[in-house]
Amino acid sequence: MATRRTIESNEPNDRSGGSLRSRGTEMATAAAQKAAETEPGGAGSTAARAAEQQAAFDEAVAADERIEPRDWMPDAYRTSLIRQIAQHAHSEIIGMQPEANWITRAPSLRRKAILMAKAQDEAGHGLYLYSAAETLGVSRDELLDKLHSGRQKYSSIFNYPTLTWADVGAIGWLVDGAAITNQVPLCRCSYGPYARAMIRVCKEESFHQRQGYESLLALSRGTQAQHEMAQDAVNRWWWPSLMMFGPPDEESSHSEQSMTWKIKRHSNDELRQRFVDICVPQAESLGLTLPDPDLKWNEARGHHDFGPIDWTEFWDVLKGNGPCNDQRITQRRRAHEEGAWVREAAAAYATKQAGAPRADTAATAHGEATA
Amino acid sequence: MTTTSTPPDSRTEAALALGDDALVLSHRLGEWAGHAPVLEEEVALANIALDLLGQARVLLSSVGDEDELAYLREERAFRNLQLVEQPNGDFAHTIARQLYFSTYQTLLYGQLAAADGELAPLAAKAVKEVAYHQDHAEQWTLRLGDGTAESHARIQRGLDALWRFTGEMFQPVVGLDIDRTALRESWTASVTAVIERATLTVPSGPQSGAWTAGAGRQGLHTEPFGRMLAEMQHLHRSHPGASW
Ligand SMILES: [Fe+2]
Ligand SMILES: [Fe+2]
Repeated sequence: MATRRTIESNEPNDRSGGSLRSRGTEMATAAAQKAAETEPGGAGSTAARAAEQQAAFDEAVAADERIEPRDWMPDAYRTSLIRQIAQHAHSEIIGMQPEANWITRAPSLRRKAILMAKAQDEAGHGLYLYSAAETLGVSRDELLDKLHSGRQKYSSIFNYPTLTWADVGAIGWLVDGAAITNQVPLCRCSYGPYARAMIRVCKEESFHQRQGYESLLALSRGTQAQHEMAQDAVNRWWWPSLMMFGPPDEESSHSEQSMTWKIKRHSNDELRQRFVDICVPQAESLGLTLPDPDLKWNEARGHHDFGPIDWTEFWDVLKGNGPCNDQRITQRRRAHEEGAWVREAAAAYATKQAGAPRADTAATAHGEATA
Repeated sequence: MTTTSTPPDSRTEAALALGDDALVLSHRLGEWAGHAPVLEEEVALANIALDLLGQARVLLSSVGDEDELAYLREERAFRNLQLVEQPNGDFAHTIARQLYFSTYQTLLYGQLAAADGELAPLAAKAVKEVAYHQDHAEQWTLRLGDGTAESHARIQRGLDALWRFTGEMFQPVVGLDIDRTALRESWTASVTAVIERATLTVPSGPQSGAWTAGAGRQGLHTEPFGRMLAEMQHLHRSHPGASW
């Protein structure tokens, strides 16, 4: 995204939001096209038609083709995607909070610019993802409602606090790093709009990861106090980052079906292992240690072994008992409630601009601002 | 730091005035992160804040070390307008501040870009950015003014409350060779047109306070500014000599 050019060379920012829906009317496969075109005959052909649609879908997924918004898809596939994309979108916007906590205290103007650009990117990710979810027939308003009422979740990692400046670096290195490990395979996800959103998001996340690493490196090589600050942050963020990959495979409720649908491509434990293997040499180059005495290279497996994860803490935080659950959702709700009059004004203005308001369009005044 | 003990030259004065305006307003806009009324505004406000921070960095670096200037000067050494240090208030208050300031900045940079002074290259580049800031502020002034009764009342309150900080923009600044009469006339015409199109009323009170007129440029600020700096400078000052 062009925001980085602002930091490096002070170029004007990219104001364009980009569209994920440009291909929204396409259909993935000839088979799906054919299934959609087939006019339903008598009542007796309904079952046959359903089977045909299912077969076209299965075939497309098996052939690694993209499912597009207009294609027929099983209800459960749609529901599962909405759940996953919404949770991802919510994570982007809640994830702004722990970092925004340091924007006003950033210790140099360069770091401040990088952090502001990152917060802006995360808001942008939220926008792409809500748009991707909208292609499945849910509105951003509905999804935000579910977030605010606790019916949909966001990544539990953001329920941990950013206590020092070094936490900003640790989040970039570990949390954005874990997000990338999770999301790179999603660029090949079977649902087109989600996969395309992920390609764009991943590019920016890897930028965040490098900046976080670089920020930690500066601290690690800085004064004694800075080095200690960096180590303390890594100590606190390491285990929660490993938990970002979700529960162990044998306890993961959504994994298996998501793999069959090619929404997901690797299991939680596979991705976690990949992440550990990436981080160990990076921690070494940072001159920092990872807080796990059991961490060591296993020649036979070709991977690093690591110690047991405290899943009790994971479930506890997930259930709402983390250090910042209340704080995060309260701030989100407050921003939304305090912004209601702004969104109403924008909608009312748009209605006036579109011509004299008719009785049946008055309801749009309560919708989301289009600005 | 020597900025308070030796009188700065006119080039420094001009760069500090414009640089501090951009730095301080960028900081205030940065406070919106995570609190904006709609996701699109999270992006837009951060975008504007980033543009301003970029301008501040170029300006401050042209007359010293950007971090020393931002983090180690005392409140009385800052040269920004009092307008930009005013707390965000509600979204309407922020938009009113944006309207007043971005209109000023667009006109000022327009003049500087057209001249061939030292600030011309920066101004030529920044004028494109601030034109977007001005458009953003105008669009929202229209939406809020001609939106609902509540938004109308709120934006009018914001415009009224900040009006007395606008006179300072037209005070002379050492080192800034501009046509202040033309600046004032164009600013008034532009702001008036937007306010009236938005079905709002141009504030009628004085454009400066009893003894604070033009004071920001001389280092006299309002109470909230000290707290803003305390927050902004705390970490940097806690680790003297450290690099980040
Ligand atoms: Fe993101
Ligand atoms: Fe990120």
